[in-house]
Amino acid sequence: MTQAIRTNTGQALPLPEGIQGIVADWSSDQRAFKNVPWGKAMMWIFLLSDTFIFSSFLISYMTVRMSTTDPWPNPSEVFGLTLFGQSIPLLLIAIMTFVLISSSGTMAMAVKFGYEKNRKMTFILLLCTAALGATFVGMQAFEWTKLIVHEGIRPWGNPLGAAQFGAAFFMITGFHGTHVSIGVIFLLITATKVIRGDLDHERPGFMTGRKGKYEIVEIMGLYWHFVDLVWVFIFAVFYLW
Amino acid sequence: MAAHVEGQQHPIGIYLKIWGLLFVLSTASYLVDYFHFQGYLRWFLIILFMLLKAGLIVAVFMHMLWERLAMVYAILVPTVLLMVLLGIGALEADYTFLTRGVFFVKGLF
Repeated sequence: MTQAIRTNTGQALPLPEGIQGIVADWSSDQRAFKNVPWGKAMMWIFLLSDTFIFSSFLISYMTVRMSTTDPWPNPSEVFGLTLFGQSIPLLLIAIMTFVLISSSGTMAMAVKFGYEKNRKMTFILLLCTAALGATFVGMQAFEWTKLIVHEGIRPWGNPLGAAQFGAAFFMITGFHGTHVSIGVIFLLITATKVIRGDLDHERPGFMTGRKGKYEIVEIMGLYWHFVDLVWVFIFAVFYLW
Repeated sequence: MAAHVEGQQHPIGIYLKIWGLLFVLSTASYLVDYFHFQGYLRWFLIILFMLLKAGLIVAVFMHMLWERLAMVYAILVPTVLLMVLLGIGALEADYTFLTRGVFFVKGLF
Protein backbone atom coordinates (compact mmCIF):
# COMPACT_ATOMS: atom_id res chain seq x y z
CA MET A 1 0.00 0.00 0.00
CA THR A 2 2.50 2.60 -1.03
CA GLN A 3 0.50 4.16 -3.81
CA ALA A 4 -0.50 7.80 -3.57
CA ILE A 5 -2.12 10.28 -5.85
CA ARG A 6 0.28 12.98 -6.87
CA THR A 7 -1.50 16.24 -6.12
CA ASN A 8 1.45 18.58 -6.29
CA THR A 9 1.43 19.81 -9.86
CA GLY A 10 4.46 21.93 -9.31
CA GLN A 11 2.65 25.15 -10.14
CA ALA A 12 -0.32 27.06 -8.80
CA LEU A 13 -3.53 26.24 -10.68
CA PRO A 14 -5.63 29.19 -11.88
CA LEU A 15 -8.86 29.85 -9.97
CA PRO A 16 -11.84 30.31 -12.33
CA GLU A 17 -14.41 33.03 -11.63
CA GLY A 18 -18.23 33.03 -11.66
CA ILE A 19 -20.40 29.90 -11.55
CA GLN A 20 -17.47 27.83 -12.82
CA GLY A 21 -15.52 29.15 -9.84
CA ILE A 22 -18.17 27.92 -7.39
CA VAL A 23 -18.13 24.44 -8.92
CA ALA A 24 -14.34 24.38 -9.01
CA ASP A 25 -13.94 25.60 -5.39
CA TRP A 26 -16.47 23.18 -3.93
CA SER A 27 -15.29 20.18 -5.94
CA SER A 28 -11.60 20.84 -5.51
CA ASP A 29 -11.17 18.12 -2.87
CA GLN A 30 -9.44 20.73 -0.71
CA ARG A 31 -10.81 23.57 1.37
CA ALA A 32 -13.83 25.10 -0.36
CA PHE A 33 -13.23 28.70 0.69
CA LYS A 34 -10.16 29.90 -1.19
CA ASN A 35 -8.23 33.04 -0.24
CA VAL A 36 -10.07 33.23 3.09
CA PRO A 37 -8.43 32.42 6.45
CA TRP A 38 -10.43 29.62 8.05
CA GLY A 39 -11.15 31.75 11.11
CA LYS A 40 -12.96 34.17 8.85
CA ALA A 41 -14.91 31.41 7.11
CA MET A 42 -15.94 30.01 10.51
CA MET A 43 -17.03 33.46 11.70
CA TRP A 44 -19.22 33.78 8.60
CA ILE A 45 -20.79 30.39 9.30
CA PHE A 46 -21.42 31.40 12.92
CA LEU A 47 -23.01 34.64 11.70
CA LEU A 48 -25.22 32.65 9.34
CA SER A 49 -26.48 30.59 12.29
CA ASP A 50 -27.01 33.79 14.29
CA THR A 51 -28.98 35.20 11.35
CA PHE A 52 -31.36 32.27 11.70
CA ILE A 53 -31.74 32.88 15.44
CA PHE A 54 -32.53 36.57 15.04
CA SER A 55 -34.81 35.85 12.09
CA SER A 56 -36.74 33.35 14.21
CA PHE A 57 -37.23 36.06 16.85
CA LEU A 58 -38.30 38.69 14.34
CA ILE A 59 -40.64 36.36 12.46
CA SER A 60 -42.25 35.15 15.73
CA TYR A 61 -42.67 38.80 16.67
CA MET A 62 -44.36 39.46 13.33
CA THR A 63 -46.63 36.47 13.88
CA VAL A 64 -47.80 37.56 17.36
CA ARG A 65 -48.18 41.16 16.26
CA MET A 66 -50.31 40.27 13.24
CA SER A 67 -52.48 37.84 15.19
CA THR A 68 -53.26 39.94 18.28
CA THR A 69 -56.71 41.48 18.51
CA ASP A 70 -55.58 44.09 21.07
CA PRO A 71 -54.13 47.36 19.81
CA TRP A 72 -50.31 47.39 19.61
CA PRO A 73 -48.62 50.19 21.62
CA ASN A 74 -47.40 52.90 19.24
CA PRO A 75 -43.56 52.61 19.22
CA SER A 76 -43.27 56.14 17.87
CA GLU A 77 -44.72 57.46 21.15
CA VAL A 78 -43.37 54.82 23.56
CA PHE A 79 -39.79 55.48 22.44
CA GLY A 80 -40.12 59.22 22.09
CA LEU A 81 -38.11 61.66 24.18
CA THR A 82 -39.24 64.95 25.66
CA LEU A 83 -36.64 67.64 25.02
CA PHE A 84 -37.16 71.26 26.07
CA GLY A 85 -40.82 70.61 26.75
CA GLN A 86 -41.34 69.20 23.26
CA SER A 87 -41.87 65.51 22.64
CA ILE A 88 -39.93 64.18 19.65
CA PRO A 89 -41.04 60.77 18.37
CA LEU A 90 -38.55 57.89 18.34
CA LEU A 91 -35.64 60.25 19.08
CA LEU A 92 -33.78 57.89 21.42
CA ILE A 93 -33.89 55.06 18.88
CA ALA A 94 -32.68 57.36 16.10
CA ILE A 95 -29.68 58.42 18.21
CA MET A 96 -28.94 54.77 19.06
CA THR A 97 -29.03 53.95 15.34
CA PHE A 98 -26.54 56.69 14.50
CA VAL A 99 -24.24 55.62 17.36
CA LEU A 100 -24.19 52.02 16.12
CA ILE A 101 -23.65 53.00 12.49
CA SER A 102 -20.75 55.23 13.54
CA SER A 103 -19.22 52.34 15.46
CA SER A 104 -19.46 50.26 12.28
CA GLY A 105 -17.65 53.01 10.38
CA THR A 106 -14.78 53.16 12.88
CA MET A 107 -14.60 49.35 12.90
CA ALA A 108 -14.31 49.18 9.11
CA MET A 109 -11.43 51.66 9.26
CA ALA A 110 -9.78 49.73 12.11
CA VAL A 111 -9.70 46.65 9.84
CA LYS A 112 -8.11 48.70 7.05
CA PHE A 113 -5.40 50.12 9.33
CA GLY A 114 -4.89 46.66 10.82
CA TYR A 115 -3.93 45.16 7.46
CA GLU A 116 -1.58 48.12 6.97
CA LYS A 117 -0.01 47.11 10.30
CA ASN A 118 -0.64 50.60 11.65
CA ARG A 119 -0.77 49.56 15.28
CA LYS A 120 -1.65 52.91 16.82
CA MET A 121 -4.52 53.83 14.47
CA THR A 122 -5.99 50.32 14.72
CA PHE A 123 -5.89 50.57 18.51
CA ILE A 124 -7.50 54.02 18.59
CA LEU A 125 -10.26 53.05 16.15
CA LEU A 126 -10.97 49.80 18.04
CA LEU A 127 -11.29 51.80 21.26
CA CYS A 128 -13.65 54.28 19.53
CA THR A 129 -15.75 51.34 18.34
CA ALA A 130 -15.87 49.87 21.85
CA ALA A 131 -16.78 53.28 23.33
CA LEU A 132 -19.62 53.77 20.84
CA GLY A 133 -20.80 50.22 21.52
CA ALA A 134 -20.78 50.86 25.27
CA THR A 135 -22.72 54.10 24.66
CA PHE A 136 -25.31 52.11 22.75
CA VAL A 137 -25.67 49.60 25.60
CA GLY A 138 -25.94 52.48 28.07
CA MET A 139 -28.74 54.08 26.08
CA GLN A 140 -30.47 50.73 25.89
CA ALA A 141 -30.24 50.41 29.68
CA PHE A 142 -31.82 53.89 29.93
CA GLU A 143 -34.59 52.83 27.54
CA TRP A 144 -35.29 49.61 29.47
CA THR A 145 -35.39 51.51 32.78
CA LYS A 146 -37.83 54.02 31.30
CA LEU A 147 -40.08 51.26 30.01
CA ILE A 148 -39.97 49.05 33.10
CA VAL A 149 -40.08 51.69 35.83
CA HIS A 150 -42.07 54.53 34.31
CA GLU A 151 -44.32 52.84 31.76
CA GLY A 152 -44.89 49.61 33.69
CA ILE A 153 -44.13 47.37 30.72
CA ARG A 154 -43.53 43.71 31.59
CA PRO A 155 -42.85 40.65 29.42
CA TRP A 156 -46.34 39.35 30.32
CA GLY A 157 -48.34 42.54 29.94
CA ASN A 158 -48.44 46.30 29.88
CA PRO A 159 -50.94 49.13 30.38
CA LEU A 160 -50.61 50.37 26.79
CA GLY A 161 -52.18 47.52 24.82
CA ALA A 162 -51.23 44.10 23.49
CA ALA A 163 -49.49 41.95 26.13
CA GLN A 164 -47.15 40.52 23.47
CA PHE A 165 -45.41 43.89 23.14
CA GLY A 166 -43.26 43.43 26.25
CA ALA A 167 -42.33 39.82 25.46
CA ALA A 168 -41.23 40.66 21.93
CA PHE A 169 -39.45 43.85 22.95
CA PHE A 170 -37.42 42.45 25.85
CA MET A 171 -36.55 39.26 23.98
CA ILE A 172 -35.38 40.91 20.77
CA THR A 173 -33.60 43.98 22.15
CA GLY A 174 -32.23 41.97 25.06
CA PHE A 175 -30.67 39.40 22.78
CA HIS A 176 -29.28 42.14 20.56
CA GLY A 177 -27.95 44.10 23.56
CA THR A 178 -26.20 40.95 24.81
CA HIS A 179 -24.51 40.65 21.43
CA VAL A 180 -23.36 44.27 21.62
CA SER A 181 -22.03 43.79 25.18
CA ILE A 182 -20.08 40.67 24.23
CA GLY A 183 -18.79 42.55 21.20
CA VAL A 184 -17.52 45.41 23.39
CA ILE A 185 -15.63 42.92 25.58
CA PHE A 186 -14.01 41.28 22.55
CA LEU A 187 -13.20 44.67 21.03
CA LEU A 188 -11.29 45.56 24.18
CA ILE A 189 -9.45 42.23 24.09
CA THR A 190 -8.57 42.71 20.41
CA ALA A 191 -7.45 46.31 21.06
CA THR A 192 -5.17 45.11 23.86
CA LYS A 193 -3.62 42.50 21.59
CA VAL A 194 -3.05 45.11 18.90
CA ILE A 195 -1.38 47.71 21.13
CA ARG A 196 0.79 45.10 22.89
CA GLY A 197 2.12 44.07 19.50
CA ASP A 198 0.89 40.49 19.83
CA LEU A 199 -0.15 40.53 16.18
CA ASP A 200 3.08 42.08 14.89
CA HIS A 201 5.14 39.48 16.76
CA GLU A 202 2.69 36.67 15.91
CA ARG A 203 2.32 35.65 19.53
CA PRO A 204 -0.25 32.91 20.06
CA GLY A 205 -3.43 34.01 21.79
CA PHE A 206 -5.14 32.86 24.96
CA MET A 207 -6.31 29.23 24.66
CA THR A 208 -4.84 28.78 21.18
CA GLY A 209 -1.54 27.81 19.66
CA ARG A 210 -2.24 29.70 16.43
CA LYS A 211 -0.07 32.67 15.60
CA GLY A 212 -1.60 36.09 16.16
CA LYS A 213 -2.36 37.83 12.85
CA TYR A 214 -4.15 41.00 11.82
CA GLU A 215 -6.92 38.89 10.29
CA ILE A 216 -8.39 38.65 13.80
CA VAL A 217 -9.24 42.34 13.54
CA GLU A 218 -11.24 41.63 10.39
CA ILE A 219 -12.95 38.63 12.03
CA MET A 220 -13.83 40.85 15.00
CA GLY A 221 -15.11 43.40 12.46
CA LEU A 222 -17.39 40.85 10.82
CA TYR A 223 -19.05 40.15 14.17
CA TRP A 224 -19.41 43.85 14.93
CA HIS A 225 -20.90 44.72 11.52
CA PHE A 226 -23.32 41.84 11.98
CA VAL A 227 -24.54 43.36 15.24
CA ASP A 228 -25.12 46.62 13.36
CA LEU A 229 -26.84 44.69 10.57
CA VAL A 230 -29.27 43.07 13.02
CA TRP A 231 -30.07 46.51 14.43
CA VAL A 232 -30.99 47.71 10.91
CA PHE A 233 -33.67 45.01 10.78
CA ILE A 234 -34.85 45.58 14.38
CA PHE A 235 -35.08 49.32 13.75
CA ALA A 236 -37.16 48.78 10.62
CA VAL A 237 -39.56 46.07 11.72
CA PHE A 238 -39.91 46.74 15.45
CA TYR A 239 -39.67 50.50 15.78
CA LEU A 240 -40.93 51.74 12.41
CA TRP A 241 -43.76 49.23 11.83
CA MET B 1 -10.16 40.42 -8.04
CA ALA B 2 -8.68 37.19 -6.76
CA ALA B 3 -5.50 38.92 -5.64
CA HIS B 4 -6.58 39.57 -2.05
CA VAL B 5 -4.44 36.88 -0.51
CA GLU B 6 -3.06 39.20 2.18
CA GLY B 7 -6.54 40.08 3.47
CA GLN B 8 -8.89 42.82 2.38
CA GLN B 9 -7.27 46.13 1.52
CA HIS B 10 -9.30 48.99 0.16
CA PRO B 11 -8.89 52.77 0.19
CA ILE B 12 -10.32 54.52 3.24
CA GLY B 13 -12.54 56.71 1.04
CA ILE B 14 -14.94 53.87 0.29
CA TYR B 15 -15.60 53.27 4.00
CA LEU B 16 -16.22 56.96 4.65
CA LYS B 17 -18.59 57.19 1.67
CA ILE B 18 -20.57 54.15 2.80
CA TRP B 19 -20.66 55.54 6.34
CA GLY B 20 -22.12 58.80 5.01
CA LEU B 21 -24.62 56.90 2.87
CA LEU B 22 -25.74 54.85 5.89
CA PHE B 23 -26.33 58.09 7.81
CA VAL B 24 -28.44 59.46 4.94
CA LEU B 25 -30.48 56.25 4.68
CA SER B 26 -31.03 56.12 8.47
CA THR B 27 -32.19 59.72 8.48
CA ALA B 28 -34.52 58.93 5.59
CA SER B 29 -36.07 55.98 7.40
CA TYR B 30 -36.45 58.09 10.56
CA LEU B 31 -38.21 60.79 8.51
CA VAL B 32 -40.69 58.18 7.24
CA ASP B 33 -41.87 57.90 10.86
CA TYR B 34 -41.50 61.61 11.61
CA PHE B 35 -43.78 62.66 8.74
CA HIS B 36 -46.30 59.89 9.56
CA PHE B 37 -46.31 58.21 6.16
CA GLN B 38 -48.87 55.41 6.28
CA GLY B 39 -49.97 52.36 4.32
CA TYR B 40 -48.12 50.87 1.39
CA LEU B 41 -45.90 53.96 0.93
CA ARG B 42 -44.59 53.58 4.51
CA TRP B 43 -43.93 49.87 4.05
CA PHE B 44 -42.26 50.34 0.70
CA LEU B 45 -39.92 53.04 2.03
CA ILE B 46 -39.08 51.24 5.29
CA ILE B 47 -38.21 47.97 3.54
CA LEU B 48 -36.35 49.76 0.75
CA PHE B 49 -34.12 51.69 3.19
CA MET B 50 -33.67 48.58 5.36
CA LEU B 51 -32.48 46.44 2.45
CA LEU B 52 -30.23 49.18 1.07
CA LYS B 53 -28.55 49.63 4.46
CA ALA B 54 -28.18 45.88 4.99
CA GLY B 55 -26.77 45.48 1.48
CA LEU B 56 -24.20 48.24 1.95
CA ILE B 57 -23.03 46.84 5.29
CA VAL B 58 -22.66 43.29 3.99
CA ALA B 59 -21.17 44.24 0.63
CA VAL B 60 -18.62 46.85 1.69
CA PHE B 61 -18.07 46.81 5.46
CA MET B 62 -18.10 43.01 5.58
CA HIS B 63 -16.21 42.81 2.24
CA MET B 64 -18.67 40.41 0.55
CA LEU B 65 -18.21 42.38 -2.66
CA TRP B 66 -14.64 41.15 -2.92
CA GLU B 67 -15.03 37.54 -1.74
CA ARG B 68 -15.15 34.57 -4.09
CA LEU B 69 -18.62 33.48 -5.19
CA ALA B 70 -18.28 30.04 -3.50
CA MET B 71 -18.14 31.89 -0.15
CA VAL B 72 -20.79 34.51 -0.99
CA TYR B 73 -23.32 31.88 -2.09
CA ALA B 74 -22.59 29.61 0.90
CA ILE B 75 -23.59 32.46 3.23
CA LEU B 76 -26.28 34.33 1.31
CA VAL B 77 -28.27 31.56 -0.37
CA PRO B 78 -29.38 29.81 2.89
CA THR B 79 -30.92 33.08 4.09
CA VAL B 80 -33.40 32.83 1.23
CA LEU B 81 -34.96 29.93 3.19
CA LEU B 82 -36.04 32.49 5.77
CA MET B 83 -38.53 33.83 3.21
CA VAL B 84 -40.34 30.49 3.55
CA LEU B 85 -40.49 30.87 7.34
CA LEU B 86 -41.71 34.45 6.87
CA GLY B 87 -44.48 33.25 4.56
CA ILE B 88 -45.54 30.45 6.93
CA GLY B 89 -45.53 32.92 9.85
CA ALA B 90 -47.74 35.36 7.96
CA LEU B 91 -50.23 32.65 6.92
CA GLU B 92 -50.40 31.33 10.49
CA ALA B 93 -50.86 34.82 11.92
CA ASP B 94 -53.71 35.63 9.53
CA TYR B 95 -55.48 32.40 10.45
CA THR B 96 -55.01 32.98 14.21
CA PHE B 97 -56.31 36.53 13.83
CA LEU B 98 -59.35 35.23 11.96
CA THR B 99 -60.19 32.60 14.58
CA ARG B 100 -59.64 35.07 17.41
CA GLY B 101 -61.93 37.51 15.64
CA VAL B 102 -64.58 34.81 15.39
CA PHE B 103 -64.34 33.44 18.96
CA PHE B 104 -63.21 36.36 21.11
CA VAL B 105 -65.64 39.01 19.99
CA LYS B 106 -67.97 39.60 22.92
CA GLY B 107 -71.67 38.87 22.45
CA LEU B 108 -71.15 36.86 19.28
CA PHE B 109 -71.88 33.52 20.92
